[in-house]
Amino acid sequence: MTSLLNIVDLSVKFPTRFGEFIALNHVDLAVRAGEIHGLVGESGAGKSTVGAAIIGLLQSPGYISGGEIHFLGDDLTTLTNDAHHKLRGQRISMIFQDPQTSLNPLLTIATQLVETIRQHADVSHSDARRRAVELLEETGLQDVENRMDEYPHQFSGGMRQRVVIALALCSNPELIIADEPTTALDVSVQKQILELIRNLCTERNIGIILITHDIGVINEITDSVTVLRSGRVIESGNTAAVLGEPKDKYTKALLAAVPRLDKRLHRFKNIVSDDEFSAEDTSWRIDDASADYASTWLLEKHSLQKTEQLSHELESRMSNTQRLADVSRSMDASFSNAESEQSILSVSNLAVTFNSGQPSWFGKEEGFKALSNINFDMQAGTVLGVVGESGSGKSTLAKAIVGLVDPSAGSMTFRGKKLPPGSARMRSHPVRRQIQMVFQDPYSSLNNRRTVEDIIAEPIKFYGLANNRREIRKLVASVLELVEMPQRAMLKYPHQFSGGQRQRIAVARALVARPDFLICDEPTSALDVSIQAQMLNLLKDLQEAFGLSILFISHNLAVIRQMADNVVVLRNGNLIEAAETEQFFSSPADDYSQMLLRETPSLNLLQAPV
Amino acid sequence: MLKAWRRLARENELLYLFLNSRVAQIAALIALLSVGGAALAPVLSPTDPYNIANIDIMDSLMPPAWSDGSDDRFLIGTDDQGRDLLSAILYGTRLSLFVGLLSITFASVLGVSIGLMAGYFGGRFDTFVMRIADVQLSLPAILTALLIDGIARGLLPREQHDNLMIVVLTVAIGLSLWVNFARTVRASTFVERNKEYVQACQIMGMHPFRIMLVHILPNIMGPILVILTVDLAVAVLLEATLSFLGVGVPPNQPSLGTLIRIGTEYMFSGEWWIVIFPSAMLVTMIVSINVLGDFLRDAFNPRLR
Repeated sequence: MTSLLNIVDLSVKFPTRFGEFIALNHVDLAVRAGEIHGLVGESGAGKSTVGAAIIGLLQSPGYISGGEIHFLGDDLTTLTNDAHHKLRGQRISMIFQDPQTSLNPLLTIATQLVETIRQHADVSHSDARRRAVELLEETGLQDVENRMDEYPHQFSGGMRQRVVIALALCSNPELIIADEPTTALDVSVQKQILELIRNLCTERNIGIILITHDIGVINEITDSVTVLRSGRVIESGNTAAVLGEPKDKYTKALLAAVPRLDKRLHRFKNIVSDDEFSAEDTSWRIDDASADYASTWLLEKHSLQKTEQLSHELESRMSNTQRLADVSRSMDASFSNAESEQSILSVSNLAVTFNSGQPSWFGKEEGFKALSNINFDMQAGTVLGVVGESGSGKSTLAKAIVGLVDPSAGSMTFRGKKLPPGSARMRSHPVRRQIQMVFQDPYSSLNNRRTVEDIIAEPIKFYGLANNRREIRKLVASVLELVEMPQRAMLKYPHQFSGGQRQRIAVARALVARPDFLICDEPTSALDVSIQAQMLNLLKDLQEAFGLSILFISHNLAVIRQMADNVVVLRNGNLIEAAETEQFFSSPADDYSQMLLRETPSLNLLQAPV
Repeated sequence: MLKAWRRLARENELLYLFLNSRVAQIAALIALLSVGGAALAPVLSPTDPYNIANIDIMDSLMPPAWSDGSDDRFLIGTDDQGRDLLSAILYGTRLSLFVGLLSITFASVLGVSIGLMAGYFGGRFDTFVMRIADVQLSLPAILTALLIDGIARGLLPREQHDNLMIVVLTVAIGLSLWVNFARTVRASTFVERNKEYVQACQIMGMHPFRIMLVHILPNIMGPILVILTVDLAVAVLLEATLSFLGVGVPPNQPSLGTLIRIGTEYMFSGEWWIVIFPSAMLVTMIVSINVLGDFLRDAFNPRLR
């Protein structure tokens, strides 16, 4: 069988002032007509570079240093710029990740489609418009005739991506490169777009290269797959074969790192990590600083509380001497029970409305209801997962709890005491220390102008948790080791670390405040799967070791399944369902929850790797 | 040592760009020479132009050393009072730069603090302050300076005028330049305020002023540095303009602007050097500082690279 596209031994290099960076290293790839070929890999694997090389849009210092790209008999690497320009758009199209930016916001959908069609074919305006209608109908857009003359911002993300696909189809291409086409979309929309791509591929018999980091997506729709890592092909072949019986160690590790939807694993295993610290980094230490020291320090407060509680309990039971024996016998069990039965955070009738208080000159303006009527109760030492699509109010909930946003109604109770809303919460209020937060984007959550030592020492100094400089340094080094970073990291600046490492630093910063309650707002969604697996393992370890209560926010159901004891589902600011995790995943009660579970791409079909 | 330098040169973005930009290097050299010459004026200049005892009216209007009827004592000639022009320029540059730096410091402290607070707190304070800034922007800098100068002259006793001229100039120039700082800093603060590291500080319950000064300010130094250089040139130019108009520094302590004003009177009677040399000095200095400012602006803006 002849291939539509055949890449042989392709190498791409980027000259930088640090020497040549090899983006692609002898890559081979073949795509047949009517086939979806998946390119999967973690960030920096070179997935997008393959697409850019095919279409001739390598970013400027980059160049093809060797190899051939055969497309229907032509070698694309030998084409002139002009010839390449003709080819792209005409016979090879591209679908980009973000439908927000790949459409011109100032032109109507019709204008953009008609322009593209007339660029490639010598047709009249009305013919081009008719053709545009056909294309949009083919991509499943409703009410095309009427909506065509609207602007991109009037469409939702999923519909915009349909328009982008229609644009890519304008010239009847034979090959489409889809670079993370569904990454910016919610799961329910993702499923529809993937189905659309599948249909187009079969009906029009075109070849599609689907670039993604999501193995679930690969499993769901591709026919064959190529696994890339640091510019090299690790494994390639039929999707079912590669994912079902991975031969390479890296592929196995990658699969093992994908959070599973069907069952909860104790820990992720077989993680392959790219983090390698130099000997200089690992051998540098501060006297007496160690992960154990950090653990002991963090547990100090907990044991203190427990003893207090225990003596209190003993006192109250003193009258009943008979039961005293029981208490002392099951001392361990009793206080752990007492603690776990205790509610740490309860939220009742919570609502957040934005722009509600502002009087308007033009009559009464309705505020935007980000959250309404939220009720839940969280036990100490448990993990509560909060799930929802974008705009469901997950982050607003977190902000209301930490006091960044004022609720417009309802109340919150933290450890039996009323939690004042953000603006009424004193700067010295104890919950400012007891509740800490880990943010989504490790690139913006750390101040780039300060050293890691300064960043982690800040809470220690601010809350007065250590007495002198030496003690602070020792703590910083110890906590870094606790989150599996070398102690020497404290001397560096955040930009010298990768996303996963930065997120560890962010966790360390939250931990040194000795919190009881940790809010993690999508802590892994900016990370690659294997890094995500490490991060989730770390959070689980810390949660168990220190009995932390965690509010874990994620859009990814599989991640929630791995982390949470209880689940809360949010949709458009309303609480849809609250349930115990195992029960939720086996039989979700609400229609919406069922739909979410159904649409999440997963590795269900595969045998358990490992 | 050399190794450390090489590593720094490779890893530091700014230094790397600087070492690869001939224009920026030349501009930096000229700016450095001007500042150095100005700072060392008392050591470098052949005579003290402010000391009336040194000035001989018989030496007035001497042409530069290479033309007929010149005197070797005066390398680029003398002015109408018989002052050595080279000394006068060095001292004049010193005064110009001094006033420029002083007023830019005043403007930046005022503008940065207002901008930080406006960007961080937002709301009514922001609206109020930024409307004032808009009003300020609609007045030409010269007009602001003339206004303040006029008020100062009206209020202060005559004998105090000369002593206070520098303070008045500084305030006048500073007041007309703070808006640039305030607007840019406000916009940058607005962006930083919504980043998660600032939220992390807010959650801790840190004092807003500590967040602004310790956390936000270092992150917006780039744009501030750029305005600092660009507006330094503007300040020097404003001072020269005001002095040229006769409302600047006292005439017995000529700045570059004063020298140029004196020179224009003689331009068409053949004594060209009195106006040309101070003007050339002013132009090269301003251009080099501006080029440096542009370089910094581009270096701090990754989208232009």
